[in-house]
Amino acid sequence: MLFGTLVYGFINSVILALVALGFNLTFGISGVANFSYGALYVLAGYLVWIFINLVSLPYPVSVALSILATALAGALMYRFILLRLRGMVVSEVIATFAIGLTILEIFRYLGFIGFQYTLPVFSTGSVDFLGVYVDYQRLSIVGIGLLLAAFLYVFTHHTRTGLAFRGIAQEEQTALSLGIHSDWVATLSMAFGAGLSAVAAVAILPLGTISVEGGYDVLINALAVCIVGGLGSTVGVVVASFLIGYAQMFTSSYLGASWVMIVSLVAILIILAAKPSGLFGKQRELEERI
Amino acid sequence: MALRKERIDRGIKARSEDIFAVTSYREMLYLIAPRALPILAALVLSLIATPYWQRVLISASVFGILALSWDFLQRCGMVSLGQALFFGVGAYVSGYLNQSLGWSPLITVPLGAVLGGVFCTLLLIPVLRLRGIYFSMVTLVLPLMFERIIEATKILGGTEGISGLDPFPNHWVELYLPLVAVWVALFGLRRLMGSDYGLVLSAINDNDRSVISSGINIYVLKAQALFIGASMSAFAGGIMTHIYMFVGMPVFALDYSILPIASSVVGGMGTFAGPMLGSFILVPLSELLRGIGGLRIIVYSLSLVVFIVALPEGIFHYLQRKYSQFERWKAF
Amino acid sequence: MESVLDEIDHNLLSVSGLTKKFGGVTAIDSVSFELEEGRLLGVIGPNGSGKTTLVNLITGFVKPDVGRIVFQGTDITRMSPSKRAHAGMVRTFQMVRPFYQLPAFKNLIVPLYSPRVKRLAGGRYGDRDAVAKDILEEVGFERDSDVINKVAKVLPHGYLKRLELAKCLAMRADLVILDELFSGLSMAEVASILPIIEKLRVDGKTIIMIEHRLRELFRIADKVMVLNFGQKIAEGPPRTVMDSEAVRKAYLGTETEG
Repeated sequence: MLFGTLVYGFINSVILALVALGFNLTFGISGVANFSYGALYVLAGYLVWIFINLVSLPYPVSVALSILATALAGALMYRFILLRLRGMVVSEVIATFAIGLTILEIFRYLGFIGFQYTLPVFSTGSVDFLGVYVDYQRLSIVGIGLLLAAFLYVFTHHTRTGLAFRGIAQEEQTALSLGIHSDWVATLSMAFGAGLSAVAAVAILPLGTISVEGGYDVLINALAVCIVGGLGSTVGVVVASFLIGYAQMFTSSYLGASWVMIVSLVAILIILAAKPSGLFGKQRELEERI
Repeated sequence: MALRKERIDRGIKARSEDIFAVTSYREMLYLIAPRALPILAALVLSLIATPYWQRVLISASVFGILALSWDFLQRCGMVSLGQALFFGVGAYVSGYLNQSLGWSPLITVPLGAVLGGVFCTLLLIPVLRLRGIYFSMVTLVLPLMFERIIEATKILGGTEGISGLDPFPNHWVELYLPLVAVWVALFGLRRLMGSDYGLVLSAINDNDRSVISSGINIYVLKAQALFIGASMSAFAGGIMTHIYMFVGMPVFALDYSILPIASSVVGGMGTFAGPMLGSFILVPLSELLRGIGGLRIIVYSLSLVVFIVALPEGIFHYLQRKYSQFERWKAF
Repeated sequence: MESVLDEIDHNLLSVSGLTKKFGGVTAIDSVSFELEEGRLLGVIGPNGSGKTTLVNLITGFVKPDVGRIVFQGTDITRMSPSKRAHAGMVRTFQMVRPFYQLPAFKNLIVPLYSPRVKRLAGGRYGDRDAVAKDILEEVGFERDSDVINKVAKVLPHGYLKRLELAKCLAMRADLVILDELFSGLSMAEVASILPIIEKLRVDGKTIIMIEHRLRELFRIADKVMVLNFGQKIAEGPPRTVMDSEAVRKAYLGTETEG
């Protein structure tokens, strides 16, 4: 059982990381905390379902379209709503939160609830990993996670746009004076974050059903990971994902699945008591604005 | 010929600005009406309303308290995305005290407010030193987590909740406690923010390093403000518990987090009167929309987005502007 | 280890070995100096030499990597900025940001609300509004005109600077740190503020002035310290510093670089 828990803990951690990275990325670059993140995740899932079942498009096409559409939704959200609220943190927070809520509740209202809302797995079958059965879907998730990490690293260190992202994240004024367009980068970062949530959705949702509650769960998990790891720090998010991921898995195996949410809560409380800005969180508020 | 829009104070506003207003009925009416009318209206409505609409009034008052406390916290730089946290904690504390110790609602509600306020403040103190976004994140996450934990571990009644609690002593207390409470809260908060203490609180939100360099420990003040806001919402929660004689997981639901925000944005953030106006608009509205069920939350959040983009000043500011100024086109 | 008694005697402020790095940049490199009570110290240096960082370090808004700061005989290196202000060390900010929506005199309510003022006034606050208006008059807000009541948003730059100075007066500071108070002011405005600073000196306050306006500063400073690239390159009476070779190179060198 222990080894199984270790293996599944790893997978769970990767899932958490996949989910949290998009939220963290958007915040780290443009300073926008996208509280509609969970809604975008669910939106992507439902879009794939709709494309496959109602429009009869093939699976790969549906996936690609859905990722693009979700990324576009993120960009539009920034362009038409957040752009006008730039600088007014209160309004930004409220707006993204409200938009996310609207999207989720519209789906609930339209009746998208039920066991038929599932996404097909990439391929069926499983592998015997040293005595533990791991299905291909979960393996793919890990694979996607690693690929994504590598891609993000290369992107932010070796491409113009990626470097622009880092520039803005580190020092907005200087980046602006170097000609990097702050609004354009912010739009892109929202789109990116949204796209990442779509990728995560496509990879993870096949494990269960698409549900509105799941959207809220995703947001809670993403926030928990970012709070524990430190908003804006990719390393922190990854470390926190593994910490919480393993803690959740061990709790689930030895105490029962109902205790899982308590683990996240305890993690948050501990971090708030010990190091409120997160494990790898940057310095506190005041120093950033001197 | 180029035109521009010009806003000028209305004649009657200018005339009623000094002490000579006392000599004219029209001017006195202009001054008193906006202040007296709402109170009169509330009083009259509470007396003539059917039991159903009395419930609506009560509900609007309870949500009004939530909205007022949200607006207050926001004025002090703390944007809460989870007013339900304070509300729910207050509700559960009151309910629990009533169930296990048998104390009357007249004791459990205020006690729930204070204890709930203390608990929530202690919980959130570590976040006060961090960027504002952390406060929003943590307040968003905590009530949702509490809800799921209660469901999973079945403590405090689990999914069934705690029922069979005592109601208020009589119908009039039930009706007028929330109604009076929300007005007291409105006037109290306005006086608070108008005092020098309130000035320092809003200064923290405006330019906190300036307040720090004046030798004031802003974190202590923020904690005080947090306690005030949290216990107000906890008070509302306690009232709700004893009106329905029941408390359960739904007290941590998003409804109680989103409605105060929607009320404030629609009514006018920062004005206190605005959030109260907003809740007295949105709550009856949602009653009228009750037939459409789940559409309610969509209405709240959509109106939120629309207002925040199109009319960020809120209805109250708009009304105030219309009441005291008029616009006209003027040539350059 | 030197005895603390050596410092209590005449040094109000004593800074030793202060160093602060931001990422790869060393903003302040091993700076040490001492300031006697009642003296006026000028701090000058080309742009980017670390003057404002030095102020942030002394006042506690930024914590040093290495070094020690002693104020009024107490080691304050780890003390929070609000506690330092409470102890009597008050600063102005280079980027002036008043409470825009409030009238000029209401801007002073915040410092007048501080525990320090309450303590110094014998435990009671008194009429804060009246005290505020008096202080504003001291820094040159004409009592007869309406300017005291004007909302800070509409005040001209010169008045905003005076408002910053007024905050230090309101706090009854022992050590007043002025971060580029004269920046953006006309010569006439500077000339009218100088007497107020002179009066502060006569009242026994200790003052540190970060400045770019060398001529006016040299007229009133007892001692001048020059920073360049985070290091102290000169210190002494204004005359000596003016003639220093290192200082000339620092300033002129910067000009011929571009």
